[in-house]
Amino acid sequence: MDARCFRLHGEFLALAFLGILGLVACLSACSSGDHPRDRLRLATTTSTENSGLLDELLPVFSGATGIDVEVLSMGTGKALATGERGDCDVVLVHAPAAERAFVAAGHGVERVAVMHNDFVILGPLADPAGVRDKDLVDALRAIAASGAAFCSRGDDSGTHKKELALWSEAELDPVLTAAGYIEVGQGMGATLTQAGELGAYTLADRGTYLSYRARLDLVILVEGDPRLRNPYGVIAVNPERHPHVNHEGAQRFIEWLTSEETQRRIGDFRIGGEPLFHASAIR
Amino acid sequence: MIDRAVTDAIVTSLVCSVGATSIAAVIGAPLGIWLGRCRFRGRRPLLVLARTGMALPTVLIGLLLYTLLSRSGPLGGAGLLFSKTAIVLGELALALPIVVALFAASTEALPANLERTVRTLGAGRLGVFRCVLSEARLGFVVAVLAAFGRVVSELGIAMMLGGNIKHHTRTMTTAIALETQKGAFAASLVLGFVLLGISLGVNVIVHWISTPQRRAGARAS
Repeated sequence: MDARCFRLHGEFLALAFLGILGLVACLSACSSGDHPRDRLRLATTTSTENSGLLDELLPVFSGATGIDVEVLSMGTGKALATGERGDCDVVLVHAPAAERAFVAAGHGVERVAVMHNDFVILGPLADPAGVRDKDLVDALRAIAASGAAFCSRGDDSGTHKKELALWSEAELDPVLTAAGYIEVGQGMGATLTQAGELGAYTLADRGTYLSYRARLDLVILVEGDPRLRNPYGVIAVNPERHPHVNHEGAQRFIEWLTSEETQRRIGDFRIGGEPLFHASAIR
Repeated sequence: MIDRAVTDAIVTSLVCSVGATSIAAVIGAPLGIWLGRCRFRGRRPLLVLARTGMALPTVLIGLLLYTLLSRSGPLGGAGLLFSKTAIVLGELALALPIVVALFAASTEALPANLERTVRTLGAGRLGVFRCVLSEARLGFVVAVLAAFGRVVSELGIAMMLGGNIKHHTRTMTTAIALETQKGAFAASLVLGFVLLGISLGVNVIVHWISTPQRRAGARAS
């Protein structure tokens, strides 16, 4: 049409801008720059949440302190990155080497040991690669040589880091040498489910495996090797680097998590009669 | 099955998607009329942009807003990451191009001399706006419903910007993703059908409001 139409419709644009202004006003009203002190943001691994441990523990903490814990459940790598960016107050993860680097770089205050369990190598009952009760390194070599399917987390999680460390212990590059190597890129639960569907081998933490076992056709084939130990640590995000974090809440959480009573609760937590985690911090 | 966690997820889903869709409707209506009814330099590129925006991947929106809203990002001071507000912002970015592009198409189809006629009949500026909106009413409703459908069913934005925090930012779709990941397929299916039922309910309500007989009395637009 003509220029008149543009003028005619100018107010519609103005209306749209008014809408945007209203939105911005709304946002600035409901966003509080400061982190409330009665809220604690915990970035943790899928294994602690998927297993049901946090659902058991956190209500006790909230009841005792009035602090509401918001759980972000993700792989260890992403949890540490979230802490590094200052988007959470405390991390509970399981990759000691990465945790030490996190603290050394000044992102976290101090790593405190909380609990441990162990990793297991799972596979189908038929065990096509014949790894049952083999030595850890021999078992991985047998899986690679047989070309049997192996589901890797592939997501930079603590379990994934552990798996890669074990492959390098066996002096193998799984991507190049294991024909059946699959990078799933998902959480522990999804990876277990997929491995079960495919009849594949996989590395899992015992806790998550126990809580999924009833729905899986996977059995434990290799266990008990000291290299399969899986320690969990808790780290408060450094308040000097991120002044907005709820550091007081994080300290209270760490203190509570490593207290005798909570440590006993962790040790007593069972699924199907089996303990999932062992306390590491009894003082 | 229907415990607090589930009702919280339903409420979060509805609050975020209805909020984002309403804001998109308010901003999108004038923009759609502007793009559909006016001829000006740069209109075609804008239309193409709006239509491309309908194909915005949710994970891309999620990623961009994540880096913006993170404490280490430029807007970190607001502390919005992992909140319902962050989800609404992301879903607004998803919904707005849909409303604008679809509504522009339906206003464009109106008779070319509509505004002139209405002005001749003595309508003011707001009157012309209301007339165009009302003539293209069906197109507007469909555009908003399409946006709502996209927003209520998306996963990437809610997961990345909300963080799937139980009782706070867990939506229906992130709950379904979590239950599926846990291998609890029965619970996932139930949640999926509840979500579908909610969408059906919203569509029924909107249809009921926007039928001509009702509107004559209610003056809804």
